[in-house]
Amino acid sequence: MNAVRQGAEHSALEEALATLGRLFAGAGYAPVTAVHLFEAEALIDLYGEDIRARAFLFPGAGGGGELCLRPDFTVPVVRAHGAEGWERRARYTYQGPVFRRQAPGSSRPMEYLQAGIEDLGDPDRAAADAGTLALILRALEALGAGPLAVTTGDLGIAFALLEALPMPDRRRHQLRRHFWRPRRFHALIEQAVAGPPEPTPARLALLEAARGAAPADAVAARAAEAGEPVGLRETDEIVARALTLAEAANEPPMPRQEAELIEAALAVKGPAGNALARLRALTEEAGVGIAPALDRFEARLAALDRAGIDAARLPFDAAFGRNLEYYEGFVFEIAAEARTDVPPLAGGGRYDAMTRRLGAAAPVPAVGAMIRPEAVLAARQSPPEAPPEAAA
Amino acid sequence: MSLTLGLPSKGRLQDETLAWFAARGIEIARTGDPRQYAAEARGIEGLEVVLLSAAEIPRELARGRLHLGVTGEDLVREHIPDWQRRIRLAAPLGFGHADLVVAVPAFWVDVETMADLDEVAEAFRARHGHGLRVATKYPTLVRAFFQAKGVADYRLIDSQGATEAAPKNLSAEAIADITSSGETLRANQLRVLEDGLILESEAHLCLGRTAAWGDDGRTALAGLAKHLGTPLDL
Repeated sequence: MNAVRQGAEHSALEEALATLGRLFAGAGYAPVTAVHLFEAEALIDLYGEDIRARAFLFPGAGGGGELCLRPDFTVPVVRAHGAEGWERRARYTYQGPVFRRQAPGSSRPMEYLQAGIEDLGDPDRAAADAGTLALILRALEALGAGPLAVTTGDLGIAFALLEALPMPDRRRHQLRRHFWRPRRFHALIEQAVAGPPEPTPARLALLEAARGAAPADAVAARAAEAGEPVGLRETDEIVARALTLAEAANEPPMPRQEAELIEAALAVKGPAGNALARLRALTEEAGVGIAPALDRFEARLAALDRAGIDAARLPFDAAFGRNLEYYEGFVFEIAAEARTDVPPLAGGGRYDAMTRRLGAAAPVPAVGAMIRPEAVLAARQSPPEAPPEAAA
Repeated sequence: MSLTLGLPSKGRLQDETLAWFAARGIEIARTGDPRQYAAEARGIEGLEVVLLSAAEIPRELARGRLHLGVTGEDLVREHIPDWQRRIRLAAPLGFGHADLVVAVPAFWVDVETMADLDEVAEAFRARHGHGLRVATKYPTLVRAFFQAKGVADYRLIDSQGATEAAPKNLSAEAIADITSSGETLRANQLRVLEDGLILESEAHLCLGRTAAWGDDGRTALAGLAKHLGTPLDL
C-alpha cells in the first residue's frame, strides 16, 4: 500500500467514509471520536500478554503506565460509555485508523481504517443483533461492495450447552475459560472422557495428604519440606488448590455421549434455518435443554427476516467466531465473494460478557460491528492479474 | 575472497570457541593492543576474524555484516525476528549448553506443569488483584511458549540482573531463565516445571544468509567446511 493516497483513490475513500458516516448517523448512532493513543493497562488486563503480539505498546511518559495505539475502537468507546453510566441505552458510530501488529512476513496491514457501530443496553438482543447485521449489509450495498459471502455463528449456543450439561463446576469452568482456544478446549474434553492422566508420585502424595485426616496441615508440611516460602503466593493458597485437586481427582469422567454432543453441536454448519433444526434435534435427542438459547437464535432469524434478509438461508457455522476473543453470542463476518486477495469487508458480534471485564457490575447487552472501507474499495476493483502459468 | 567470522570477545564462551577452532587446526590469536577487539585466524587463508559481544553477533549476522558467527541459539531465536530467513544455525558446537526453562517456587507443591500454572494464574489474580508475573530476559521465546501451552493470563517482567531472585524480591511469582546445572535455581528455592523446557540451547557456528556470498564466497565456505570437518550449508 502506498503511504499516501492521491487523486481518485483519495476521493473514493473520502466519499465512502462520508457515506458510512451519514448512513450510521441517520440510523440513530451518535458519532464519536476516540484518541489513537491510550493507556494500555485495561487492554493488557483484558487480553494478557497475548496483546503484545497484536498491539503496539509504548512506554508511558513521565512514569505513567504503558500506552497503546488502539487496535480497535470497541474497548475505548465502551469504557467511555461505562464511565458515564452502564445503565443506559446508547448507540455510537466511529471512523478512523486502528493499529495491529502482524507477524513478520505477513502481508496484512498494520494500519487500516474502520467505520463501525456499537449498540449498548438494548435488552431485546435478537432485535439488536439483527439490526446490526442488517445495517452493515445496507452500508455495504451503499458502498457498491458487490457479491458478498456472509458467515454467521452463535457462540451462545455452545455456552448454553456447557451450562445445561451435568458436569462438575470445575470442569464447566475450565471448558468455558478455554473455549476460545479450540485446541486446548478439545484436549480438555478428551481428557474429561479419558479420565485424568496417571498422577506423578509427587502428585499422588499430595492428593493423599489432601484426603487425609488433617489435610491443611499435611499439605502445608509437604510444601515446607519442598522449599522455603518465596514470593507472594502463600501456603494457604497452595492448600486450597490441593484440596480442589483432590476433589477433581474424584470427578467422574465425562460420558462419551456428552463429549460427542458437544462436538456434534460445534460441527453444525449450513443454512441457518437447517442449523437451528439440527441443533434442536441434537439437544432434544440427548435430553439436554437449551431452549432459551435456541429460541433466541430463532428470534434473531425472525428479526432478520423483518429487516428484509433471507435469514433461513444465511450461512451458519457453530464453531465460527472462536478466535474473536470477546464474543460470546451472535458473531458474523462478511467477505467479498471469491476475493481471497481482499481482507474481510466487515465483521461483528455480541460481547455482553466483555462489558463486565471493562468495569460493569453485571454484563450489559452489547453488540457491534465494523466495516473496512479500504477493503471494500479494493473489492470494487478487479482482482490482480493471475500469473501466466495459472491462466491455463 | 575473505569470509568474515564474528567470535565472542570474552569469557568462557570465547575460551571454548577458540579451543574448538584450535582442535580443528585454526588458531585464533588476538592481535595488536589487547584492548582492541582485533584477532586473526592462523592455519587457514581468507578468514577475517572480528571479536564482538555475545549480543552483537546475532544482530550482525542478521544484517548480513558477518558471513559466519559463533553465538548461542537462544540469542538468535530471542533477538532476531524472522531469524530463519536471515541466519542459518549451521553447526552445533557441543559447548555453551544452556536450557531456557520455566521455574516456580519449589514449595508450590501443587504446581508441576504449565497446565497447573494456568489454573494458578487464574486463582492468583482473584486473590491478589493482579496477573501472575513471570520474570525473564527472553520475552519473545517465553511468550511463544506460553501461547503454545495455552497460558494467557500472566504478565512478563523484564528482569534486570538476577532473574532467579525475582520471586524472593516479590517482583515476580515465577521465572523463565537459562540454567545449566540447575544449582542456581535450587539455591534460590525454585523448581523447573515438568513440561517447562522452552529451549535446549548450545553455541552454534552460524551463517549470515543475507551477507555478500557470491560464487567465491560459497567456494570459500565449502573450503572452510572441509577444513573444519563440519558441513556448512547456507
